[in-house]
Amino acid sequence: MTPFQSSFRAALLDPAAPVPDGLIGPAQAPAGKRFDVYRNNVVFSLTMALRAAFPLVFRLLGAEKFDLMAQEFLRVYPPASPLMMDYGAQMPQFLAGFSALTHVGYLADCAGLDIAMRASYHAPNAGPPPLTASALALAEIGQAQLGLAPSARMLRSVWPIFDIWRFNFEQDAPKPQARAQDVLIIRPAYDPVPIALPVGAFDWITALQNGADFETAHDLALAQEPQFNLATALAAIVPHPALVMV
Amino acid sequence: MRDQHKGLPLGAGVGFKPQHFNEITLDPGPVDWLEIHAENYMGAGGRPIAQLEALADRFAISVHGVGLSIGGTAALDPAHLARLKHLVGWLKPAQFSEHLAWSTHGAEFLNDLLPLPYTDATLARVCDHINLVQDTLGLKMLLENPSNYLAFADSTWPEQDFLAEIARRTGCGLLLDVNNVFVSAVNMGTSADEYIRAFPLAEVGEIHVGGHEEDSDEHGAPLLIDSHGKAVIDPVWRLTAQTLERAGPKPILVEWDNNVPDWATLRAEAGRAAQLLHWQPA
Amino acid sequence: MSNSMKTVAIAGAVAAALSGAVTPAHAASKEKCFGVSLAGQNDCAAGPGTTCAGTSVKDYQGNAWKLVDAGTCAEIDLPAMADGTAREGSLEALERDLPA
Repeated sequence: MTPFQSSFRAALLDPAAPVPDGLIGPAQAPAGKRFDVYRNNVVFSLTMALRAAFPLVFRLLGAEKFDLMAQEFLRVYPPASPLMMDYGAQMPQFLAGFSALTHVGYLADCAGLDIAMRASYHAPNAGPPPLTASALALAEIGQAQLGLAPSARMLRSVWPIFDIWRFNFEQDAPKPQARAQDVLIIRPAYDPVPIALPVGAFDWITALQNGADFETAHDLALAQEPQFNLATALAAIVPHPALVMV
Repeated sequence: MRDQHKGLPLGAGVGFKPQHFNEITLDPGPVDWLEIHAENYMGAGGRPIAQLEALADRFAISVHGVGLSIGGTAALDPAHLARLKHLVGWLKPAQFSEHLAWSTHGAEFLNDLLPLPYTDATLARVCDHINLVQDTLGLKMLLENPSNYLAFADSTWPEQDFLAEIARRTGCGLLLDVNNVFVSAVNMGTSADEYIRAFPLAEVGEIHVGGHEEDSDEHGAPLLIDSHGKAVIDPVWRLTAQTLERAGPKPILVEWDNNVPDWATLRAEAGRAAQLLHWQPA
Repeated sequence: MSNSMKTVAIAGAVAAALSGAVTPAHAASKEKCFGVSLAGQNDCAAGPGTTCAGTSVKDYQGNAWKLVDAGTCAEIDLPAMADGTAREGSLEALERDLPA
């Protein structure tokens, strides 16, 4: 059914495979190295797409190691769709199992942060009304149903992924210290911004997302994390376009 | 640009890059229209969609698909066709074009424009695919000639005849990439001039020019790579001028996708294209 | 705490948070440092040359990986942490972000 395509594809991502039969250069000579142009194009274009898609992992590894890693990744996980904006979803699991890089334990979670930033970047503009003072009758706050804005994303890590992000992208940011961090990504206009979540806020927002009302989510967060402080969490989150009325 | 349905102006266009957004809107210079890659505007929202909406108010937009795999053996991906239909539906671009190439195999997208043999069987399949695209999108599309680094021994059609026959059978137009003609001719030891002379120029709705890299094969024969990574070379501009003499004025796009230059440099390249057009007899 | 007292406490926290005492001004200053604005672009260009055509990375645990770490991970020294590491929160980062 697909003879020319199958043999072409088989040799494309395997540099050790022979060039398929029936491909010719000028004067009918076998194509030889000319086939490598396509091999190169696939590897180069996907490596560039991955560089753009994983800016934090790229900084952490440096160009040379990132490209080596990317060239292994793209052979295991070629894209499943023509949308490069979606490419690389398996990167966290790939890095977690990549033996050459296990000494960089936080790499997988950093890839997850890159993916979440990209998802936020392409997320819809419109959504439910944001949580604002005027949108909220304080007397009924306990029963309010809240959720995350369409462009917001949230991640939990046992690594200091916000501090690692900041160390790579903000001038004079301190070196990350060993601690677990939860991150909320918000998008004020079109540029996603990660912020570190105070203790328990992840649990509180998760409860809200699961349909708990304001007061029930508060109880659930306290049960999960006794140090949770609502005022602290709200002070960190509410200035940003993160929570919406649902 | 509220009259997108009138088609592309007979002027110079450039491939839109997000880093040029502010300068393009403040100082378009000779740039009359913009081309975007369809797949970059298939997200749900955010800056890409907002920028495109703003640009479409001012410029004619040509949507150039790079992921439909029209030259592939498998049926076109209905999900991708639906995404295209959505984009074309809200944007109402002045033009839509795609490539004579394949890029999808099974469940994999290989992110390159891969070649196909030119036979009666592939001709029929490409025509089926183009008919489906045109029916789905409700427009007349353009099909672009590829850059060739090799050929298939079992091809039975010269490329220009293959493209002419596709246009005849489907009613689609053609996008003539003059740099691709130049690159293919050097790579395969054929004549770019003869290719243009034999090309169905009346069907051409858009011309592309771009930069390429020079390499060589293991026999020392030149091997040009269609990198879109530098300025257009003079021989390609001359071939473009000769093409316009035969074909009459056509919208010309400057493609620069790798090592994207600053706006002033890209605008100057567009200026060369505009100059070629203005030299045409009225 | 009774339900009504709890509601009052929650309402107080919300009122404080929404009162405008905190503003999102700091967010804008961070926008320039991201590499996400071009995330995952498709184009129709070929690679510049055939240099990486034959790249084989099958031996990725071998010589290729003995490269010196050129990225920032060489500067970050974090011990491997097991799941369940105490979640210390991020009050330090939070304080930094709040206007005086």
